[in-house]
Amino acid sequence: MSSLAPVIVRAENLSKRYGKECVVERISFCIRQGEFCGILGPNGAGKTTTLKMLVGNTPASGGELQVLGFSIPKQARAMRRRVGVVAQSDNLDQDFTVVENLRVYGRYFGLKRAEIESRIPALLAFAALEEKAGARINQLSGGMKRRLAIARALINRPELLILDEPSTGLDPQIRQNIWQLLRQLQKDGLTIILTTHYMDEAERLCGRIILMDHGRILTDRTPQELVRERIEPHVLEVYGAGLTAWQRANPLAGPVRCEQAGETCFYYGADLQALVKTLDGWPGVRYAYRPANLEDVFLKMTGRELRDG
Amino acid sequence: MDSFYHRWLAVWSRNALVWRKSLKTALLGGFADPVLSLFALGYGLGGLVGDVDGVPYIAFLTAGILSLSAMNAATFEGLYLAYTRMAVLKTWDGMMAAPLSLSDVVMGELLWMGTKSLINASLILLVALGAGLTTGWAALGVLPMAFLAGLCFGAMALVVTSYAQSYDFFVYYITLGVTPMILLSGVFFPQNALPEAIRLGSACLPLHHVVELIRPLLSGRFDWPLLTHLAVPAGFALFATLFAIWRFERRLLQ
Repeated sequence: MSSLAPVIVRAENLSKRYGKECVVERISFCIRQGEFCGILGPNGAGKTTTLKMLVGNTPASGGELQVLGFSIPKQARAMRRRVGVVAQSDNLDQDFTVVENLRVYGRYFGLKRAEIESRIPALLAFAALEEKAGARINQLSGGMKRRLAIARALINRPELLILDEPSTGLDPQIRQNIWQLLRQLQKDGLTIILTTHYMDEAERLCGRIILMDHGRILTDRTPQELVRERIEPHVLEVYGAGLTAWQRANPLAGPVRCEQAGETCFYYGADLQALVKTLDGWPGVRYAYRPANLEDVFLKMTGRELRDG
Repeated sequence: MDSFYHRWLAVWSRNALVWRKSLKTALLGGFADPVLSLFALGYGLGGLVGDVDGVPYIAFLTAGILSLSAMNAATFEGLYLAYTRMAVLKTWDGMMAAPLSLSDVVMGELLWMGTKSLINASLILLVALGAGLTTGWAALGVLPMAFLAGLCFGAMALVVTSYAQSYDFFVYYITLGVTPMILLSGVFFPQNALPEAIRLGSACLPLHHVVELIRPLLSGRFDWPLLTHLAVPAGFALFATLFAIWRFERRLLQ
């Protein structure tokens, strides 16, 4: 993205504390027009809190935040007229049909009735919900609901779209479909920020990744740069009952990093062909040899311990 | 859109649309229930009681049932329905992702509660007119009073909702707050049947003042001093509204 493009979000030393607990700690970043930026991190990294501060639904404990030139949270309402938000939990209005959801939501933005009606057909087409215009929300599938939530967030023709885990809980086919819609929106010039903990999602969609953990930004660059700079080029995963016997017979040689996670052993290195050869035909082991990806970077940088809640 | 009035109205019209979509059940609940009580108790007990304060018991009871119905409409909306929109369906979150603030949402909800009280009171007023239980233009004065009662009891209910973690919590408010207030506010029987101390205490109850104002209006009497009864419900409405907004901001925007 051109560094001359206008700044859409500027955060400086943004912090959020609950009592003594620091959920977001002095993070700074700048997002420019047209960027597709993913905020990644394990549970409790501070992603959702950061988004909540961005839309002005919780005040920061410290630092400065500007969105579309508005000072947040002071001018949050004016800012939200020009921003679309898709929440993690579907908060579509269950009392209404598909088209009523769009209509009522448009009114929250103070749009005129005629204006709303003229926008609805294109939004229904975008979400492929023309056939379901009169259906109630509980008659929609998970994918349809998510598409409607995205369409609803576009009713005010926003300049910035913010999505909190847009494809969590959806089938693989539906996730692909959602990705396609988001890519199309970016092509049309929309600036997009999303949080996710699906690495494939981030790798496919985002031109830029802000990786967070424990309320801090660990790194901020393109997915390609992350994979190139932050991890060895290749990964070998070995698992199975024969793992220990194989390890004993083949002590590691050369610059190879090894990590044990449960029953699987991960080997990272520039060239692991020699190791792969020893696995060929070894009884009781299964393996996969592949180029490193974003998930490997993520696990390396945030650790493998479980994060619950 | 930048005027608060439009923002409140956007929230109000959302609730009005839901109400319109289930018009039949909404009207039945707000109408049949109080009217059945009115005629059953009015004629059933009326025969035993005779006149109360110089009017037939059923005419006396009409004011009580009308006030009660205005209160119940707003209380139910402010407890169960508002809690559902806030905590279960997350409708409020959706609104606050649009250019509405939490106070806009609360004010829109409150205006709707006032409206619902107004609708239910109008229905009972129509029945009372049809049955000859009320006459005179002064009776129309009960409509703004019902709206004020809606704001007052709606705001009180929202304060309770702001503390609720589940629907069960509302039982405390209904059992310990609403029911005693109904019994002590002169809805079913005149307050001079109560001991002196309780009667003085009930002067703090907003429902008491709603009933005290609506009863003369329904029998076609209006005197300026009656308007002093506006003070307590208006005071409750104002204080509870500010407190509810403060509570919700602490709860939802942290």
